[in-house]
Amino acid sequence: MYEFTYHRPTSLADAAAMLGRSEEAKLLGGGQTLLPTLKQRLARPSDLIDLGQIAELKGIREEAGGLAIGAFTRHAEVAHSDLVRRVIPALADLAEGIGDRQVRNMGTLGGSICNADPSADYPSAVVALKATVKTDRREIAGDDFFTGMFETALEPGEIVTSVTFQKPDKAAYAKFRNPASRYAIVGVFVARFGGEVRVAVTGAGPSVFRATDMETALAGNFSPDALNGIKVASDGLNADIHASADYRAHLVTVMAKRAVAAAG
Amino acid sequence: MPCTVSMTVNGKAVSREVEERTLLVTFLRDHLGMTGTHVGCDTSQCGACVVHVDGRSVKSCTILAAQADGAEITTIEGLAAADGTLHPMQAAFREHHGLQCGFCTPGMVMSAIDLVKDNPTPTEQDVREGLEGNICRCTGYHNIVKAVLAGAEAMNGGSVKAAAE
Repeated sequence: MYEFTYHRPTSLADAAAMLGRSEEAKLLGGGQTLLPTLKQRLARPSDLIDLGQIAELKGIREEAGGLAIGAFTRHAEVAHSDLVRRVIPALADLAEGIGDRQVRNMGTLGGSICNADPSADYPSAVVALKATVKTDRREIAGDDFFTGMFETALEPGEIVTSVTFQKPDKAAYAKFRNPASRYAIVGVFVARFGGEVRVAVTGAGPSVFRATDMETALAGNFSPDALNGIKVASDGLNADIHASADYRAHLVTVMAKRAVAAAG
Repeated sequence: MPCTVSMTVNGKAVSREVEERTLLVTFLRDHLGMTGTHVGCDTSQCGACVVHVDGRSVKSCTILAAQADGAEITTIEGLAAADGTLHPMQAAFREHHGLQCGFCTPGMVMSAIDLVKDNPTPTEQDVREGLEGNICRCTGYHNIVKAVLAGAEAMNGGSVKAAAE
């Protein structure tokens, strides 16, 4: 790691002020991506601002029929929360499947969505569960938050404070994971809200996207068979040593069917 | 820039002046001389460096010492009783020969104890999934899983079941 100055603010206002003082400052959540990146010297921030001591970024609350989850809530806390398990069990399942036990004990919701890794699990839930991302400045619709590979709608110096997920009637997340990293080669989050169905796909493309043909088919008939013959185009999908773009396109349908079956 | 980091390690208060980029595992091994915690892959995959931070298992190669300032740390050295009596999970690893070279063992034991805290009566599948973050290149995991199951039973008040052979 290159050298940096470490800060540990205890209020959001202090963190924002520190972040504003240097263009090269970075926020530190659980650090499960950022620290490995620093260790490989792939980034060289001047300052690291640890958000771990800021009470207003933590906690899970039931809110307007959904869940508001603080940005510095760790994956293990979401996975083990009785409240999440009762209101949106699919979200607890998703959190339980991130990385491994030790990563879940450190990694945070805010860190995951702000990093916007194309293979991260949480972005699919943000889009499928019609979430709202709250920052220290404004509210951003989940649909507008992810703008590209490792890119979000956040402005320089903006800090995510919480994410509000809407409670679906039915939902499930299914992923085909990389056996080494546990990242999603393809992950599909399916959620049904009355007559509306959302199908959000992570891992397959540069950023999370909705499979709208599948949504239309499932709105008419919420069963795995409704997805027979429906495929996303492989153009522009990710390809690497683990899976080609065509294979990922195929997996999207398979995972969507599994998610619908699991949602019941 | 140096900073002062203070924490409790295995019940003992410690404080050292370190560089801000110092990892917790470096703090433990190089600054405190506690080499029971191993560095395997150094890329947060293998789990040889797992310690408990405020009771949660964490890869100590992927947390700054400064992030653990004020925390309670337990390492493999802190498990046995003062008279040398092994922790039930350590005893189970010995009884069931849950190791060959032993390099991954400190992390395996620390992860296993955290797993059993959440799930006191794990199934074999629970153990295999619960140890996802720990890699062993010798054993094929078979005896490790047996050891963790026996250790879980012993942690619940039983004695460490003798190995079948």
